[in-house]
Amino acid sequence: MPTQKRRERIDRGIKARAEDVFVLSSWREMLYLAAPRLVPLAGLLLLPLVLGIYWQKVLLSVAVFGLLAISWDILAQTGMVSLGQGLFFGMGAYCAGVLNHYWGLPVLVTLPAATLLGGLICTLLLLPVLRLRGIYFSMVTLILPLMLVRVIEATKIFGGTEGLSGMTPFASAWMELYLVVGVLLACLFGFRRMMGSDYGLVLKAINDNDRSVTNAGLNIYWFKAQALFMASAMGAFAGAFMTHVYMFVGMPVFALDYSILPIAAAVVGGPGSLAGATLGACILVPLSEVLRGIGGLRIVFYGLFLVVFIVVLPEGIFHYIQRKYHQSERWVEVEQ
Amino acid sequence: MSARPILEVEQLSKSFGGVRALNRVSFELKENELLGVIGPNGSGKTTLVNLITRFVRPSSGKVRFMGRPIQHLSAHKIVRLGIARTFQMVRPFYQLPAYKNMIVPLYSPRVQGLLGGRYGDRSAVALDLLEEVGFERDAFVAYKVAGALPQGYLKRLELAKAIALQPQLIILDELFSGLSLAEVASIVPIIEKLRQQGKSIIMIEHRLKELFRIADRVIVMNYGEKIADGPSQVVMESEAVKNAYLGTE
Repeated sequence: MPTQKRRERIDRGIKARAEDVFVLSSWREMLYLAAPRLVPLAGLLLLPLVLGIYWQKVLLSVAVFGLLAISWDILAQTGMVSLGQGLFFGMGAYCAGVLNHYWGLPVLVTLPAATLLGGLICTLLLLPVLRLRGIYFSMVTLILPLMLVRVIEATKIFGGTEGLSGMTPFASAWMELYLVVGVLLACLFGFRRMMGSDYGLVLKAINDNDRSVTNAGLNIYWFKAQALFMASAMGAFAGAFMTHVYMFVGMPVFALDYSILPIAAAVVGGPGSLAGATLGACILVPLSEVLRGIGGLRIVFYGLFLVVFIVVLPEGIFHYIQRKYHQSERWVEVEQ
Repeated sequence: MSARPILEVEQLSKSFGGVRALNRVSFELKENELLGVIGPNGSGKTTLVNLITRFVRPSSGKVRFMGRPIQHLSAHKIVRLGIARTFQMVRPFYQLPAYKNMIVPLYSPRVQGLLGGRYGDRSAVALDLLEEVGFERDAFVAYKVAGALPQGYLKRLELAKAIALQPQLIILDELFSGLSLAEVASIVPIIEKLRQQGKSIIMIEHRLKELFRIADRVIVMNYGEKIADGPSQVVMESEAVKNAYLGTE
């Protein structure tokens, strides 16, 4: 009779030790704890120094999509599957554009103002549909940015199809790169900490079972609105930032790319974890650039990569790496 | 005994389309009383609870809690006033360990308000509460993911979540269903302890034997109407109840 085997996973000794107070007695264990935080931190901060101008722009794009992916993941963890990060991005972009173009406000003012204003407008727009669950909420988020594009086209406001140009650029390329990378890191670590706190637990519980949260005397719509504001403000910042990078804002800011790519990034990287979302953006955006060399079939290969990844690693790259880091695996015989 | 009513339900009705799920039900619950609600399947017991806790909007009628009308308040506000309930189908947060499930009710403004500001270390309080309902502290069950717990523990978890809110009124919707005799026997003392603490309790039950042992009073529902109301022994003997609940011979 053939013997059956199963995979057994055991936490590494160093993981158990590192969770204890004695960790402070050993450099190796301290490094084990710090490495997962230090590597992305050092990597993202040092990369701009070694990259050429072209790849610096790619890194900038990575950071922008990373922000959108984190924003998507916060919503998803709270039970709101958004198909319209483009709404947040576009709203922020237009807010910054209008503030800078019509009132001549400097970048230092437009960025925070567009972040808050864009976040607020998106939250108010979506407030009436917070009661919708699942696919119904998703449909509304998908439709809104497409609708706004038509509104701008038909009413010809804010430059209509031409858009607004001549925005104030950032003082230097270094400043713009480090600003967006810094914001990405701050959002990644800050919101990761938040999702691990009791407050984050309530947000995740809404996704798990919203009636049970109501039954604890908590107003789920108030919590959902807070999550929505955080996510949309983050997306709005990304949009406002790109307005000043391109020195232009127009209808393409509501494009489907800004809605779909963040979802792909979060899914490939590992849904349910903000680090996974960032990792996904770090893989997909450069991949898209590398594939540019092969011309017309680019999108085919890109799609194939996505499919293969989702089939082979449905849990996402981040969760896979995390598991390998913390656990050892071995095959054991199953007792019949 | 002339304790003042903590809950007054007046002519409460609910229709779903053409179906009358609850028809002009009225009753009072005195402070520290344990009221049993029984009736055949589909007789409107859970609808009654959903209307009181406002998980479902009543078509008409009034509900007063400690003298205050609450039928227009939203569900979470009613919980904050001091009415906690459990669900017939348990509703844990399946992906979280049992003790982390408790964090959500402990985060409630009601509990924070009662204790004044932050509620200390919520995990420690959660473990204490779980121990109260029978999660043995040294057996590590409290650290297991809720999805991996057997039904008996999930029911206890549901009860612990309600107790965590420090309510004046607890509504238990078929807490005993799906539990073994031994499990029921181990939960009964917890309910008796709640009564000693002065809580009022409404229990919806199909396990009549266990219910009659602990209930002061029982109301019987059938086809959305209240057909009997009185002390357990009297209700059990009543002809109307025998006809509706047990069927006529």
